[in-house]
This record gives sequence, C-alpha cells and structure tokens, in this order.
Amino acid sequence: MPWTRDEVAARAAKELQDGFYVNLGIGIPTLVANYIPEGMNVTLQSENGMLGMGPFPYEGEEDADLINAGKQTITELDSSSYFSSADSFAMIRGGHIALSILGGMQVSETGDLANWMVPGKMVKGMGGAMDLVAGVKRVVVVMDHCEKSGAPKLLKACTLPLTGAGVVDLLITELGVFEINRGKTPVRLIELAPGVTVEEVREKTEAAFEVAV
Amino acid sequence: MVDKVTKTAAEALDGLLFDGMTIMAGGFGLCGIPENLIAAIREHGVKDLTVISNNCGVDGFGLGILLENRQIRKMVSSYVGENKLFEQLYLSGELELEFNPQGTLAERIRAGGAGIPAFFTRTGVGTLVAEGKEVREFDGELYVMERGLTADLSIVKAHTGDHEGNLVFRKTARNFNPMMATAGRKTVVEVEHLVPTGSLDKDHIHTPGIFVDRIFQGATFEKRIERVTTRQKETA
Repeated sequence: MPWTRDEVAARAAKELQDGFYVNLGIGIPTLVANYIPEGMNVTLQSENGMLGMGPFPYEGEEDADLINAGKQTITELDSSSYFSSADSFAMIRGGHIALSILGGMQVSETGDLANWMVPGKMVKGMGGAMDLVAGVKRVVVVMDHCEKSGAPKLLKACTLPLTGAGVVDLLITELGVFEINRGKTPVRLIELAPGVTVEEVREKTEAAFEVAV
Repeated sequence: MVDKVTKTAAEALDGLLFDGMTIMAGGFGLCGIPENLIAAIREHGVKDLTVISNNCGVDGFGLGILLENRQIRKMVSSYVGENKLFEQLYLSGELELEFNPQGTLAERIRAGGAGIPAFFTRTGVGTLVAEGKEVREFDGELYVMERGLTADLSIVKAHTGDHEGNLVFRKTARNFNPMMATAGRKTVVEVEHLVPTGSLDKDHIHTPGIFVDRIFQGATFEKRIERVTTRQKETA
C-alpha cells in the first residue's frame, strides 16, 4: 500500500531535528506540523513575517492581522516574533533556516525542482519558493509520484520552468523516499512504502536511480 | 512644521495621482492592505497604473477592485493565484505581468528605498527569472543581478501612527509595508489608530516619520480574511 498524504507528511517529519528553524510550504508540507515529535523543539517560520507559528485559532478567535503564508488564520506562541518581508527573506536567503519542506510538480535526477508554473495554463507565481530553495540549508520535496495522467514526475530533466537548479536534497512520494543530494551523486531509492516494489517504482519513474533499500 | 495629517483618503492622495504612474501597495494577500487608499484610487479613476504589490487582491476586494475598473496596466508581484479576473486579463493580453520571487521583490524595494540601485542574489539562478540579467560568480557561487525598485507613490497600511508619521505595524500585517514606505517618492499611510505625537514608545517605532508624507485614520476597515481556518475546542 502506497503511503497516504498523512503518512507522507509523517515521513517528512522524520527530517526534523531538535532546535531546527523550519519553513513548511502549502499543501502536504503544512500537515508535517501535525507530526512534530512530542518534546522536540521546532520553530516554524512563515515567510510573510513570523517565527514561531502556533496552531489554528479556535472559532471566533481569528485575527485578520495574523495569517500564515497560505493565508490561513493562525495563532502566536510565547516565543513568536513578527518582522518585515525583507527580514523574513534575510533569514531564508541568508541560510538561517535549517530545513524547508515544499510541494513539487517535477523533480529531476540532477536535483532541479519545478513547482510554480505551467506555461499557457497556470498563472500563479513562485511566491517565496525560489528564495527558499536558493537559501535554505536542506530542501525536502513531497509530491505525488506521478501526474493524474500517470506520467512520471521524477524525471531525467524537468520539462516545466524551474524553481531552482540543483536544489533538492530529498524527495518523498507515496511510493518511497529518494536521496537526490542536489544532483551531486546518483539518485538513490532509500525507502519503500509498505507493499510497494522496486519494479513498480521503476515503471513509474523516468529518472535513473540506484536501489539502497 | 508641515502637517502630515489629512482627514480622508481622497485628501491624502490629492495632487499625487496621474495616469501611467507607478504605485507600490503594501500587504500580503489581504493582510495589511491599505484598503481605504485603494478604494480612493478606484474612486479617482487614475489609469494605466503599474502596481508593485506581492499579490493583486481577490475578485471584488483589495487591488482586485482596480483590476475590475481596468485601472492597472502592469503588475509586479510574486503570486497572483487568488484572482480569476487577473488570470483572464493576463491570458487575454490586457494586463502585463512581471513575476518576482517574493524575497527578491522585498529586497528590490528595500534596496530602492535605501538608495541601492542593484544587488546580487542566488534566488532565481538557472530559472526564467535570471533570463536577460547579469549573472556573476562570487566565492564559487552564481548570483543574478536584480535592480532596486522605487515608485511614484507608496500606499501603506499601519496599525498605529502619530502626527509625525511614526508608524507601528501589527503582527503579520507588517509584511511589505515598512520597505514600501521607504521606496515611494511620496508615501501615504492609512492607520487604524491615529494618536497624538509623543504617545508612541519611541523604542518601538517600526517606521520613522521621515518616510511618511501624509497620514490619516481610515474611515472603515473591513479587514477581510482570505482563509478562515480554525480548530475544534477539545472537550474536557
């Protein structure tokens, strides 16, 4: 059985370490916050200008001046701080954030990531994703292994416009975990979801990879 | 002393608007947007605007109302995914769009306001963003050159301000507002609370009044929330 969205998020949470400052992207990455191990001190950064994101507010306690990068209402913690967008990206670009977990559309065997644009179709923009992959020390991508059409998304080379070149350290899909290492070494399949076979992964992957499970 | 305080948004913008101008507008999503000033710009009808803002509001609110009125010719933004009309106008060629990575946009504005014409960043190297721009190697890494940004007018929202234009922002409504206040040739600020000079804690002022030309207390603040997200109270 391939992993569910929550199981992928739980696997991604294993990349967290005590004392980490972390930025979580929108979608499955946001769920990672639900799997921070008890007793582990992890500080979540929201690139719109906050360190120390708290949980969603109780109904009736929403504050229009307090949102996360996904524009959802959130709360503050005793340890929280607020700052401008310039300071926020000084943290990100300046290498002060230990880990970023992001969604993806395509990842290449050379560590390239595409996740912001489908020419002629989707006009949304990159938001902070290009800054995150350029500046954060370790970049973990979580995404579906294939398109809805069945087309592979872990490719030899991305066909969509890039978010960053040679920036992905680790890829987690519903089928398993791949060490990408920013393309500096060959891609390695290091974990399989229960019941998933190497053959199934090969069928659904264009990129070359070594098996180390 | 020049009095910076005006009564209304229209009065605050008097004589500052002209067709074809560039306006920076603070806010992230709908959080911390100068909603009274945006409404006054809509009322005025000034057109062919280049608007520099992280997002472009939503259909019917924020900068979305200037799009509806066809007052914007070009947007410089990092993310516009919340606005159907935007996509429609862009794909039909009626609206020009320049995407900037969010951190690059923030730094371009910070640099512009600080008198820095250009800087180098790793963000965007090897992507569409770097096309046509100088790329230079520093210490074995590639960086792309980005230009500082200024505007004819910056419209800013702060929580509290005094008659000198000293500003205090609140929570994540700060976002792009402080940098934009520095990068406008004229900067107009709307506040929720206009307080007498001397009543702010001088150690806790986020934007000093030198960057502010006019200030007023907004008539109304809808402060719409894009995605109300809550959790259940655990029952004991």
